[in-house]
Amino acid sequence: MEFRRPGMIARLTGESLAVARGGRSLFAGLDFAVAAGEAVALTGANGSGKTSLLRCIAGLIRPEAGSVGFAGDSGPLEAEEARSGGLHLLGHQDGLKPTRTADEELRFQAAWTGADNAGVEAAIDALELKPLLKLETRKLSAGQRRRLALGRLIASPRPLWLLDEPLAPLDARWRERVGALTAAHLKTGGLVLAAVHDPLPVKSRELAL
Amino acid sequence: MSGFVTLLKRELDLAWGRGGGALLACGFYTCVAALVPLAVGSDPERLRAVGPGVAWIALALSTLLSLERLYERDFEDGALDLLALGPVPLELVALAKGLAQWIAGGLPLAVAAPIAAVMLGTPQALLPLVFAAALIGGLGFAFVGSMGAALALGAKRGGVLIAVVVLPLFAPPVIFGAGALEAFAAGMTWTSAFAFLAAYSLAAVALTPFAAAAAVRNALG
Repeated sequence: MEFRRPGMIARLTGESLAVARGGRSLFAGLDFAVAAGEAVALTGANGSGKTSLLRCIAGLIRPEAGSVGFAGDSGPLEAEEARSGGLHLLGHQDGLKPTRTADEELRFQAAWTGADNAGVEAAIDALELKPLLKLETRKLSAGQRRRLALGRLIASPRPLWLLDEPLAPLDARWRERVGALTAAHLKTGGLVLAAVHDPLPVKSRELAL
Repeated sequence: MSGFVTLLKRELDLAWGRGGGALLACGFYTCVAALVPLAVGSDPERLRAVGPGVAWIALALSTLLSLERLYERDFEDGALDLLALGPVPLELVALAKGLAQWIAGGLPLAVAAPIAAVMLGTPQALLPLVFAAALIGGLGFAFVGSMGAALALGAKRGGVLIAVVVLPLFAPPVIFGAGALEAFAAGMTWTSAFAFLAAYSLAAVALTPFAAAAAVRNALG
């Protein structure tokens, strides 16, 4: 679980960020910072731009104004490099192929994000995926699919987690379990920015949109 | 490079194993070819005249069948975000998707092409060239088609839109492919038409991934 090699993200900042979707401004002049070991809960009404902010940080949406910056222990990082190797974006869709088995999808997502076999085994253990592996993902419940999608976060350790409603489909036990995994991630110097409606099950700061 | 191989394997698995898209296209192709003698009559002379042209149109149409799902599925279920944030640039993602489309769709169609040609009364001596032309032409069809699929992302009734965008671009390979076959059958030099066909396909491999990647970025952003 050691990813604090030089050049990895230790700080995420947004400076006077403005994002618009479909010609409508969602927010403007947003300043924020997330430091290593810190969890930030992104809150706001439906349609206030939580998902768009996460996608903007991941580089999928271009901001109207302002900038997103990534910094390592020894200074600013090149954004593209920081994004491709330093963050996980878990959207409210799980990105799983309905006709492939859980095992195939977990291994693809893990390999695609740079994990090795040991990482995959760690994810299977941490999220208790073993009984699901042989099933096609369309046969899984929403909560089981979310656990499978969370697998790549464990399998391939990356500092910045951008999570969009990560807990929504999970039951009480799994919310707590994912809270524990998030706390462990923060302890190793990780950064978490999560769009939520319910409070995060870890100590977090709130950023309201 | 390992990321590219990982993705190519996934794409092949999705194109081949699940939903039977590749075999479906082959079935469609042979069905169309089998309908031709019923429509134009079984007179061998007449069949020989229209055969190569009709076979190429059928081939072009068959490659359209599996295009709609190529990007749209990943777009709808959120997997395209994951692909866009991966270890290789989107241009290489588009290259992998085009290659998988060719291997899983174009290759079986190229195998089916000589069979369809026999049904249309094509002389045996022509069959190797039919296979080769379908294989090389299929490469161009797959890549130009993939670009069309990326451009149609997010559109309602994307499948029809893809056909309208892509079919005009299929004109050169149809001209050169059928032209090579006709020239060979008439005993003239067929290599120049075949070379144009190959040039079209290679240009498609080199250029369309850039357009497809730009279209995907646009659809995601």
